[in-house]
Amino acid sequence: MQPDTTAVLRQRHVPGSLDRVGASFGFWAFQYRRTWRGTVVSSVLTPVLFLAAMGIGLGTLVDDGGRLDGAYLLFLAPGLLAATAMQTAGFESMYPVMGAIKWVRTYHAMLATPLGVSDILLGHLLWVVFRVTSSAAIYLAVIALFGAVASPMALLALPAATLCGMAYAAPIFAFSSGYEKPSGFAALERFVIVPMFLFSGTFFPVSQLPDVLQPVAYATPLWHGVELCRALVAGTQTLADALLHIGYLSLWIVAGVTAAMFFFRRRLESTG
Amino acid sequence: MSVPESRRQLSVPVATVEVVDDSLDAAFIHARGLTKRFGEFTAVDGIDVDVARGEAFGFLGPNGAGKSSTMRMIGCVSPPTEGTLRILGMDPGADGPAIRARLGVVPQQDTLDTELSVRENLLIYGRYFGMSRAAVRAKTDELLDFVQLTDRAKDKVEPLSGGMKRRLTIARSLINDPDILLLDEPTTGLDPQARHSLWDRLFRLKQRGVTLVLTTHYMDEAEQLCDRLVVMDKGRFAAEGSPRELIATYSTREVLELRFGPDEDNNVYADKVEGLVDRVEVLPDRLLLYTDDGDGTTAAVYQRGLLPVSTLVRRSTLEDVFLRLTGRTLVD
Ligand SMILES: Nc1ncnc2c1ncn2[C@@H]1O[C@H](COP(=O)(O)OP(=O)(O)OP(=O)(O)O)[C@@H](O)[C@H]1O
Ligand SMILES: [Mg+2]
Repeated sequence: MQPDTTAVLRQRHVPGSLDRVGASFGFWAFQYRRTWRGTVVSSVLTPVLFLAAMGIGLGTLVDDGGRLDGAYLLFLAPGLLAATAMQTAGFESMYPVMGAIKWVRTYHAMLATPLGVSDILLGHLLWVVFRVTSSAAIYLAVIALFGAVASPMALLALPAATLCGMAYAAPIFAFSSGYEKPSGFAALERFVIVPMFLFSGTFFPVSQLPDVLQPVAYATPLWHGVELCRALVAGTQTLADALLHIGYLSLWIVAGVTAAMFFFRRRLESTG
Repeated sequence: MSVPESRRQLSVPVATVEVVDDSLDAAFIHARGLTKRFGEFTAVDGIDVDVARGEAFGFLGPNGAGKSSTMRMIGCVSPPTEGTLRILGMDPGADGPAIRARLGVVPQQDTLDTELSVRENLLIYGRYFGMSRAAVRAKTDELLDFVQLTDRAKDKVEPLSGGMKRRLTIARSLINDPDILLLDEPTTGLDPQARHSLWDRLFRLKQRGVTLVLTTHYMDEAEQLCDRLVVMDKGRFAAEGSPRELIATYSTREVLELRFGPDEDNNVYADKVEGLVDRVEVLPDRLLLYTDDGDGTTAAVYQRGLLPVSTLVRRSTLEDVFLRLTGRTLVD
């Protein structure tokens, strides 16, 4: 056989950076084909169960006290929207990231191709945006069915929930790539995610907390997400407040992505 | 096999054109003073490498020699700590994606997605190179045929044997018709039959003009595949040349292996054969006598009244070169 040297130096297609990020996103989308059914079922069931048990069941009790103008469901539902966005983001940003580094080694496979560290990170983060947004959309639809949506402004609660979710996803990406052991996830879940879920204004106003704890609650991204979603769903959101919350959540995203980029580089460029 | 034809068929839209001139023929890979440190530890210690187009180049060395660290720098994944590196005339720091678009990589540790099927692994990988779905599908069929995995195409990767996984990894590395194929221990852990079948595939690629760069612990692999190789130890090159040159320079034509009983102290026997040959190596289980006349030396050993349990005269191999250069065996 003749050496095929003519073909060796022919022109080459090099995917541009948008294509590369798209290809990284494409992997996660491809892989999702195996699991999407389960996630859709739980995206529907979770809000139904929560709203039925807490919004209606517990709400009857709360509303009898008369402290929330007989509308605990209206108070709770949008808060849960933000809180669930946080939980979906956390779920998608822990084991999948560590697995892609350590176990399945998906990132390493990608790195041998035109994809670079930033393409890999951004593509995966975009995938989490998709997951958070799609499950929040289902949530919002369920809330509407429960009659807990007061204004068309509620549609804006969808990007607000996504923003809230990503304010968690980005720093958790940094954690998952910087921390070597999966045992860290249990701690993160137990000492960070769950307390925020319970005390950042989702179930009751932060003003009910002891004075010393209130600043802590106000500093959590979740509280800003909850406030934003709640006012949007009720149709009472003012621009000034909205900008404040959006700005604060964006800060977490920018800081999280920066940290994740650092840890991704450190992990992926040295080992493998 | 009709890969050369389909190489030309594969016409994906050209976004960036790398202009490559003929001067590149001299050095597809060019490194000077290439160094990789991890903290205080120096894994690759200022090596110079030139690999020409179409060449098959090997890194031979024991565990921890720095082979993988070097391959990862050449693969534009791990940035060099110091030194100059040019791949296909480009700078890995600035042109990583453009270079990697033209490399095929077989990593030491498989990075296959074991949850996906054989075919899906290739399909998804081709997309990373920006190939159209149709182009990837066509290429996938051809490559599965090339590595004889067509009948396993729909199976999950998980239950495949080690040799099949390795073949799949090689198929995957060829999805973009690479100009340079980087193979980090392509056959480690495979049985002899699987290794020979892989060598056959690699040999065919070489005939097609693909530049091969490989690392290995096995001297027979290096001898089979490499035009030129370096013996690497502790981050440096101990020697460089074609397998034949290395043997001629660093070893003798033949080697006489003497085994005495299992409880004997080989050092005692080393003293007793003193003067018969220029060089004797004492291994835990045997003595190696480097000689140009194995039979003559064997006779001389018996004349001295020594009674080895077994004697073996064989030709020198790269293993002997390695032993000479580093004082250690390659595979323990
Ligand atoms: N990410 C890292 N951090 C610290 N040390 C490292 C890292 N990667 C490699 N090393 C060290 O660098 C040295 C060379 O490793 P390398 O993997 O390049 O060797 P190798 O020749 O490929 O060995 P093997 O034959 O076992 O694959 C080893 O001592 C290894 O421990
Ligand atoms: Mg190695």
